[in-house]
Amino acid sequence: MPRFSPGRRIVLTAPYLWILAFFLAPMALILKISLSHPVEARPPYEPLFSLAEGPALWLEKLQALSLETYRALIDDPLYLDSYLSSLWLAAISTLLTLLVAYPFALAMARAPRHLRPLLIGLAIAPFWTSFLIRVYAWIMLLKDEGLINHALMALHLIDAPLEIYATSTAVVIGMVYSYLPFMLLPLYAALERQDPALREAAADLGASPADIFWRITLPLSARGAVAGSLMVFIPAVGEFVIPDVLGGPQTLMIGRTLWSEFFTNRDWPMASAVAILLLALLILPLVVVERLRAEGEG
Amino acid sequence: MGALFRSLVLFAGFVFLYGPIAVLVVMSFNASRLVTVWGGFSTKWYASLLEDQATRHATLISLEAAALSSTLATLLGLCAAVALARFGAFRTRTLFFGAVHAPLALPEVVLGLALLSAFVSFGLERGFVTLVIGHATLTMCFATVGLLAALRSCDPAQEEAAMDLGATPLQAFVLVTLPSIAPALASAFLLSFALSLDDLVIASFTTGPGATTLPMRIYSQVRLGVSPQINAISSLLLAVVGVALALSALAMRRKRA
Repeated sequence: MPRFSPGRRIVLTAPYLWILAFFLAPMALILKISLSHPVEARPPYEPLFSLAEGPALWLEKLQALSLETYRALIDDPLYLDSYLSSLWLAAISTLLTLLVAYPFALAMARAPRHLRPLLIGLAIAPFWTSFLIRVYAWIMLLKDEGLINHALMALHLIDAPLEIYATSTAVVIGMVYSYLPFMLLPLYAALERQDPALREAAADLGASPADIFWRITLPLSARGAVAGSLMVFIPAVGEFVIPDVLGGPQTLMIGRTLWSEFFTNRDWPMASAVAILLLALLILPLVVVERLRAEGEG
Repeated sequence: MGALFRSLVLFAGFVFLYGPIAVLVVMSFNASRLVTVWGGFSTKWYASLLEDQATRHATLISLEAAALSSTLATLLGLCAAVALARFGAFRTRTLFFGAVHAPLALPEVVLGLALLSAFVSFGLERGFVTLVIGHATLTMCFATVGLLAALRSCDPAQEEAAMDLGATPLQAFVLVTLPSIAPALASAFLLSFALSLDDLVIASFTTGPGATTLPMRIYSQVRLGVSPQINAISSLLLAVVGVALALSALAMRRKRA
C-alpha cells in the first residue's frame, strides 16, 4: 500500500470500516450460520442466540437443524418451488417490462429534442415515490370489486370479475409497473444516442422502415436492453413486497419464503441458507452487471 | 415512428405510470369506503389521520431516521468516492470497490437478514440506532455511485493548481472540488433520504420495538386491506415528493438558463 498521509488514511478508513462491520462481516456471518455443524457451531453462536429473545428455543433449533439445513432445504419441495417460481416470475416480468418499455423509450427518444428532458423526467419521477404505495395502489384496481373489474363489467365485456388480485398475474403486473423506470432509463439512453443519419442513410439506400428497425435501431439498442433487463431481473428475483401485497397465499417467491422463515418460523439457519442460495442464484447476472460497469468505468 | 403513433404510445405509457397514483389520490378524497362508489368529496380521512397517534409517531421516526442515515450515507459515500477516484491503486481497492457497490444489487431481504445477524452478535440492541445504521449501509452505496461519477468528471488539475498556490490538500478539496460537486452531493443526500423514507424490508429486520417506521405502519394496515386512511397518508407522501421533485427541476432549469 502506498504511504498515505494521515488525512487520506481517515478518508479511506471511515467508509472501509463501515463496510467491513456492516456489510462484509454480516455477510460472512450468515454464510457461517447457514453452514455450521452443530458441534462446531455452538460455541461461536451461543452469544448470537442468547442475546436475542427466546434463547433456549433458538439454541435448540440450531442444534437440531444446522447440520441438516442445506439437506432439508433440498429435500423440502417448498424451497425448490420457491426458487423456480421466483426465477420464472422474474423472467416473465422482465420480458414484459422490456416489451412495454421499448416503444415507450423509443417514442421518448424520437420526440422533439426540447421535450425529451421533460418526458424522461416524468417517466422516472415515480421511482422517487414510495414503492410500497405504488404497489398498494394496484390493489384498488385489481380486486374483484376493484376499478378494472367494475369498468369491464359495466361495459359488459365480462360477466364475472376476472380474479387477478392475489394471484401470480397480479404479481407480474406489479413488477412490470414498479420496475418500468429501471428499464426505461438505459433503453432511452441507448436509443437517444443513435445517430439519425444512420437511419436516413439506410432509407436512402432503399431500406423499408421495418428493415431499418430490425437491422439498425434494435441491434444498436441491445446493450441498453441487456442492462435494463438485468436491472429489472435481479431485484425481481429477490422481491418481497410485491408478492406479499399483490400475490395470493399460493404465490411462492424466495424473498417471501425467506421472510416467513425468519419472522414466522424464527428459523435463522434456514433463513440464512435460503439467503446464501439466493445469492448463488444471482451470481451470474451480477457478474455480467459488474462487467458492464467495469467497461463503463474504463 | 409517425408523430401520431408516437403521441399515442407516450399517452398510453404515462397513463400506465400515473393512472394508479391518480386513482389513489382521488380515492383519498372519497367519502365512501368503497372504491367503486363515489360518496362525494370529503377530507375526513385526512382529519382522522391527525388523531392517529401511531401513524404520527411512525412518521416522526421515519423522518428522523431518514435525516440521520442520509447524512451519514452522504459523508461516508463522499469519503469512499474520494478514495476510489483520487487515491490511485491501493492493495484492497478491488475488494473495497466491490463491497461498496454490492448492496446495490443485493436482495433487500438478504441484506436485512445479514445486518440483523450482525447486530445480534455484536450485542447491539435493535432499535432506532440499528435502523439508522441499516439505512446508512444501504444508501451509502447509492451515494458513492453518484459522487464517484461527479468526482471523475471534475479535473484534478484544478486542485493541484490550488495546492501549487499554497492551499493545503484539505483546503484545495473544500474550496475547489466540493463546490463543483455540490449538485451531486445534494442529489446523493436526497436519494438516500427518499430510499430511507421508503424502505420497508431493511427496517423490518433492523428496527426494534418503539421504532416502527411509517412504511412498516402502512404495511401492517395494507395487510388488513384497502382503507381510505392509507390512501390519505399515501397521497400526502406523494405530494411531498412531488413538490420536492418539481422544486429541484425548477432549480436545475434556473441554473441552466
